[in-house]
Amino acid sequence: MPQSGRVILEVRGLVNHFGAQVVHDGLDMQVYAEDVFGIVGGSGAGKSVLLRSILGLEHPQSGTVSIGGRDLARLNYAQLRTVKADYGVTFQAGALYSALTVLQNVQFPMIEHLQLPAQALDELAMLKIRLVGLPADAAAKYPAQLSGGMVKRAALARALALDPQLLFLDEPTSGLDPIGAAAFDDLLHELHRQLRLTVVMITHDLDSIFRNCNRVGVIVDRRMEVDTLARIVDHPNPWIQAYFHGERARAREEGYGA
Amino acid sequence: MTDYLAARRSADSLELALKGEWRALRLKEIGAELSALDLSGVRTLVIATPDLALLDLSSAWRLREFIAAAERGGTAVSFRGAQPEQLQVLDEALSRDSVKAPGEAHTHESFIEPVTELGHYVVSAARDARSGLAFLGRVAVVMLAAAGSVRRLRPIAIARHVYDTGVTAIPIVALIAFLISVIIAFLSAQQLQRFGAEIFVVDLVTIGVLRELGVLLTAIIVAGRSGSAFAAEIGTMCLNEEVDALYATGVDPYELLVVPRILGLMIALPLLTVIADAIGLAGGALLCRFLLDIPLTQYLNRVSESIGAWTFWIGVMKAPIFAILIALAGTYRGLQVSGSSRELGRLTTIAVVQSIFIIILADALFAVLFMEINI
Ligand SMILES: Nc1ncnc2c1ncn2[C@@H]1O[C@H](COP(=O)(O)OP(=O)(O)OP(=O)(O)O)[C@@H](O)[C@H]1O
Ligand SMILES: [Mg+2]
Repeated sequence: MPQSGRVILEVRGLVNHFGAQVVHDGLDMQVYAEDVFGIVGGSGAGKSVLLRSILGLEHPQSGTVSIGGRDLARLNYAQLRTVKADYGVTFQAGALYSALTVLQNVQFPMIEHLQLPAQALDELAMLKIRLVGLPADAAAKYPAQLSGGMVKRAALARALALDPQLLFLDEPTSGLDPIGAAAFDDLLHELHRQLRLTVVMITHDLDSIFRNCNRVGVIVDRRMEVDTLARIVDHPNPWIQAYFHGERARAREEGYGA
Repeated sequence: MTDYLAARRSADSLELALKGEWRALRLKEIGAELSALDLSGVRTLVIATPDLALLDLSSAWRLREFIAAAERGGTAVSFRGAQPEQLQVLDEALSRDSVKAPGEAHTHESFIEPVTELGHYVVSAARDARSGLAFLGRVAVVMLAAAGSVRRLRPIAIARHVYDTGVTAIPIVALIAFLISVIIAFLSAQQLQRFGAEIFVVDLVTIGVLRELGVLLTAIIVAGRSGSAFAAEIGTMCLNEEVDALYATGVDPYELLVVPRILGLMIALPLLTVIADAIGLAGGALLCRFLLDIPLTQYLNRVSESIGAWTFWIGVMKAPIFAILIALAGTYRGLQVSGSSRELGRLTTIAVVQSIFIIILADALFAVLFMEINI
């Protein structure tokens, strides 16, 4: 996968603790334009907290986050708003607006940021809904009426609403059946290829990592080890070894055993 | 000068060079430039994209619309070089099947409509009444079943609810009781002074606060604080499927969520009422002392003269009944929440409004009842 060399997201010296529990202690990470960057780590390692810090939802004790070379802590409201219109996010639990239909969920960012006539909004939103592989009749449904996999897709459609250049995904394939997860991976792969998106993706799914990611950051011991996928699998850290070469990983390498 | 287009016209053909970054956020400007183009008399339109730095899906969609409109107008459209890939993505996504935003189901206006509306309303009111009754029955059954063992009554949960609904409400209840007794005393003093009958202010304050207002205002405050909290807590649990999880683990949500709240409030509200009564009388004493120069001893004498055997107990007796009504309304509406945050807000509102209404209605009924039996 091509790498332009332009840093689009940078985290420096991030420190997060909740009471006595230290989650991050001097975490650094860099994402280049057009990367598909996988964040992995054990449950509770602090992946979601990292994402929340990047999005400005968590206030780290120290450290800086810059997107497109701009330190987010130094931006004013209007500048932040334009930065935010430039990235899309899906949360681990979907976080669809429960009072709105899927169509309205997708339209919501458009209404906030674009001034378009109602008909154009409808068509663009339907386009995004179709793009993520949802059936047309899902558009009129409320989040409570969707299956788990449909929630993931609807959340992706909403994240894509403004055609962001940068996409943050928190466990986009967890809770999907293997076929659905593979379809999601293909979808992401296609979107990345066609739209030249930069994707930052938290995942536990090895298949997803090998299908999509060119670089991987592993949270171990409250810091992050970042490298290309090809090299990180040989990293000496025992957790990383166990992760990429453990029982499940072997089954995967052997084509799920004959 | 345009930011996104450069048009070169020759006779009946137009060459359109796209340039800059075509992004969703600039869709309005891009759309304006495209619709400003004059295509009349143009037979062939050639679109060139070497200067186009970026074309995202939304603006590709706008371009596609533009091309479709041009073709409808009889212009032949072609690309110099390859067609942008984004247009193919769109074609694929849009061709999967007909893409139409599902419209709202339109019902036709007609003269029958008010009648059908009325019908719907009656049916839904009847359903509501029936499910309310079912809820009541179920709570009664669960409560009787739980009464057999201390563990199933969940004393710890009850204690928590006594604390949340009672102890934390003391400051606001005390303040309101004080203010209300001051208002009664002040209002009646103004009237009674004209007849030199100031001493009866004490009677009014005593009877008014002990019999009616102490308990009524306390109940209204608690309905606003705790009725809404009950509905919101339980409603959020419904939204998170926590209530379903309870069912699935074999725990009856009525036993865990409804009964402790009812019992907790039945303990808390009478106690709050006693506090309100005491503070109310104290407020009356203060006002009588400083406004009417009735010394404290005389005030106390008058209080004990005016107070009947039942005055205090009538007020306090009503408290547990009001508590049941508030808790029932709150938990019932909470358990009805499903689907969306809007439902949660709607049902929490209903819980508060209905519990306040029921309390006042019940108080009126009590007033009639006590008058009939002459106490
Ligand atoms: N608001 C909070 N208050 C206290 N502790 C928190 C808070 N949010 C997260 N934590 C703690 O921080 C740690 C990291 O949590 P995080 O949600 O980032 O894990 P994760 O890596 O995303 O795990 P998973 O893969 O299970 O989603 C956990 O130990 C968690 O308990
Ligand atoms: Mg997480």
